[in-house]
Amino acid sequence: MSLVADPKAPRPPKAGPGRRTTRGNTELYGWVFMRASGVLLVVLIFGHLFVNLVAGEGVSQIDFGFVAGKWASPFWQVWDLLMLWLAMIHGTNGMRTIVNDYAEKDTTRLVLKGLLYFAFVLVVVLGTLVIFTFDPCPTGSPADLLPSFCTA
Amino acid sequence: MWSWVAHRVTGVAIFFFLLVHVLDTSLVRVSPEAYNEVIATYKNPVMGLGEAGLVAAIVFHAFNGIRIILVDFWSKGTKYQRVMLWIVLGLFVVTMAGFLPRHLMHVFGGE
Repeated sequence: MSLVADPKAPRPPKAGPGRRTTRGNTELYGWVFMRASGVLLVVLIFGHLFVNLVAGEGVSQIDFGFVAGKWASPFWQVWDLLMLWLAMIHGTNGMRTIVNDYAEKDTTRLVLKGLLYFAFVLVVVLGTLVIFTFDPCPTGSPADLLPSFCTA
Repeated sequence: MWSWVAHRVTGVAIFFFLLVHVLDTSLVRVSPEAYNEVIATYKNPVMGLGEAGLVAAIVFHAFNGIRIILVDFWSKGTKYQRVMLWIVLGLFVVTMAGFLPRHLMHVFGGE
C-alpha cells in the first residue's frame, strides 16, 4: 500500500494507423505544469490579495505611491514577476484546453488560439517591462502623488 | 461534474481579469495621474462588489485545484474526492467570511 497514486496523466498516443504521434510528451509536461504552478500560485495570489485588499486600508489604499512603495523592494518585484509568468502560462494553457474542447471547426480553433497566444505574448512582455523599467519617482510629477522616499 | 464546470468557469473569468489587471497596472509606467485615475474606478461600490466576486472565484479555483491535485497524486484521492469537495466548500465559506466583511468595510466605509 503506497501513499502516492499512479496519476492518470495524459500520455503520448500509441502509434497506429491514422494516429499522429508527433506531439511526444508535451501534454504530459503541460499536465504536470498545471499542478506544480497551481500550488505556487495559491501561495503567491493569496499573499498578493492579503497585502493589497485585506491588510491596511484594503482597496482604498491602492494608488501610485502604494505600488511604488512595493516595487522599491526586489522582494515584491520577484513576487509579482513570478506571479505574472506563472499565472499567464497557467491561464493560457487552461484556455487552450477549453478552446480545444469546445471549438470544433479547425479554423475557429486556429483563430481563437492565435488570439490567445497574441494576448499571452503582449501581456507577459508588457508586464515584465513595467516591473523592470518602473520609475517610482518620475520627474515633473506632483510630490503628493509620489511615495515619501522620493523627496528624501 | 459541477465542480469541474465551476473550475472552468472561474478559470476563464480569472484569466480575463488577469489580462485587464496587467494593463491597468501598466499605467504606472505612463504617469502617477493616469494610474490613480483608473485605479479610482476600482474603489467605487459596483467594482467593489465585482472584486468580491473575483476573490470568490479565485478562492474556489484555488481550493478546488488543490483537491484535483490530491485526487491525482494521493493514493486515497479518488476514494475521498466527494468528502474533499465538501471540505473545499467549507474552506471557501470560512475564507469568504473572513474576507467579505473587511473588504466591504473598505469599499463602503468611506475614507
